[in-house]
Amino acid sequence: MNLRPDLQIIADWIPSGARVLDLGSGDGALLKALQDREVTGYGIEIDNGQIAGCIESDINVIHADLDQGLPQFDDQSFDFVILSQTLQAVKRPDFLVNEIIRVGKQAIIGFPNFGHWQCRLQLAFNGIMPISKTLPNEWYNTANIHLCTIKDFEQLCTDKHIHIEQRSIVDHAHRDSLGIKLAPNVFGEIALYQIKKS
Amino acid sequence: MPDSIPADSVGLVRPQTLHIDTPITLESGRTLPVYDLVYETYGELNQDASNAILICHALSGDHHVAGYYTMEDKKPGWWDNVIGPGKAIDTNHFFVVCLNNLGGCKGSTGPISINPETKVPYGPDFPIVTVNDWVKSQAILADNLNIEHWAAVIGGSLGGMQAMQWAISLPDRLRHVLIIAAAPKLSAQNIAFNEVARTAIKADPDFHEGFYASHDTVPRKGLGLARMLGHITYLSDEAMHEKFGRELRHGSINYGFDVEFQIESYLRYQSETFAEKFDANTYLLMTKALDYFDPASAFDNNLTKAVAEIKAKCLVLSFTTDWRFAPERSQEIVHALLAANKEVTYAEIEATQGHDAFLLAIPRYHELFSAYMKKVAAEVAVQ
Repeated sequence: MNLRPDLQIIADWIPSGARVLDLGSGDGALLKALQDREVTGYGIEIDNGQIAGCIESDINVIHADLDQGLPQFDDQSFDFVILSQTLQAVKRPDFLVNEIIRVGKQAIIGFPNFGHWQCRLQLAFNGIMPISKTLPNEWYNTANIHLCTIKDFEQLCTDKHIHIEQRSIVDHAHRDSLGIKLAPNVFGEIALYQIKKS
Repeated sequence: MPDSIPADSVGLVRPQTLHIDTPITLESGRTLPVYDLVYETYGELNQDASNAILICHALSGDHHVAGYYTMEDKKPGWWDNVIGPGKAIDTNHFFVVCLNNLGGCKGSTGPISINPETKVPYGPDFPIVTVNDWVKSQAILADNLNIEHWAAVIGGSLGGMQAMQWAISLPDRLRHVLIIAAAPKLSAQNIAFNEVARTAIKADPDFHEGFYASHDTVPRKGLGLARMLGHITYLSDEAMHEKFGRELRHGSINYGFDVEFQIESYLRYQSETFAEKFDANTYLLMTKALDYFDPASAFDNNLTKAVAEIKAKCLVLSFTTDWRFAPERSQEIVHALLAANKEVTYAEIEATQGHDAFLLAIPRYHELFSAYMKKVAAEVAVQ
């Protein structure tokens, strides 16, 4: 089974035997891929159309809305809390980030970079809200209501005294390039961060 | 009535009776010297008895969960839509057991049974039974059927509470537990509704302090009223609106107190038919068992501690418009299981039908139910 590329990067960051909370777990693909490394934990998913898939994969999943935070979980009760491609779709990303670093000793957060040059060009020269491979919807029907750039996210980390352990900035095919290395906020399409409370 | 038995039905079934003459001591301290447990089974128990499923019934349920007694039956058992060949609880794989709970009125020993000491029906003298007592007696049935471990214990509403109690009390005897539309204990509002139901029964002049049998009568009005009230709490406002709206039986209002709105007609019909087939003393007992259910009470009122010894994997399901046991009540169970680091999956199913939804064939509900039971069946197969 091929894992979504961002999830493959995340999977590589998770040590064997870790206890993981996967927010927006979909059909449980990430936790399933980690099963043979004895990683345990729960998925959280708002779409109960995805829950049968989790059950089939023998993944424990809790149907819940991330906009409510994570009140069901104790402080520092997971080794890793993961949120990939969902931060921009929640009502209060700052509140959710607080919750994530409260519950997880470490967190991994991934999001589409709104600072990518294509987004910048579309807005600057066409005067329209950007549409790209990672952000395919129109402004009026997108689930992505709180888009941010790499710079924005790192500023949020600074403001919240969050320590960035590592990051991976890649293009939509999840490849690295020289351009991304030189100017990540211009050439990076997808950003992944491993963070923790400092 | 079926013209022919549907292919996915367990077919014609027959209840069986287990007579126990070893006394059972109940939670109240009282003892039943002898008792009967009436039950039905569907499917075949496999050689190592690893494919057995226990279904626990709710307030007014019984052991007739699936199939038909005769070709003249108007309806199959009460949870027929999930039990049968190819259904969620697939009888090609599982051996399904359901019994009428102690204190019931459908064959197991209860208020209408003859008290061996007095040679007359127990009536109101039948001891109060609790969810713990039911689990204990269900375990005795399991012993007699040579079932050491259930592949799963499953129940909705009061049945879900029994399933939960199984996982807490006898953690080594079940591998999975399905707790559907339940709550970890009743709220004051829930108890209040039960008390109104009991008051309605006791206020009926035909109740005779519970000794209505010796007066050769039954408190039909009181029991019917209790059922009416129950029915209102089982349905959502939305479901009632969809089903009845403000529709009138005869097209126009008559400025009187006869049945005019369809909802009135429905409630009266429900109350009359129920009063014919159910025992008032049993109804009183069942509502008390509900009121008393509170597994956390034995663990410093800490539900997380109560579930700490659970070994079963748990599936908890709730329904959006259920206000009798709202999704938040199921979430209390889920939160305790999460805090105790248990294996749990939870889903809140969108349904307009209120508490009754757990009995209905709602596609998303049955999809998850089937997916979960397929997993249980796969585990049985590899054992």
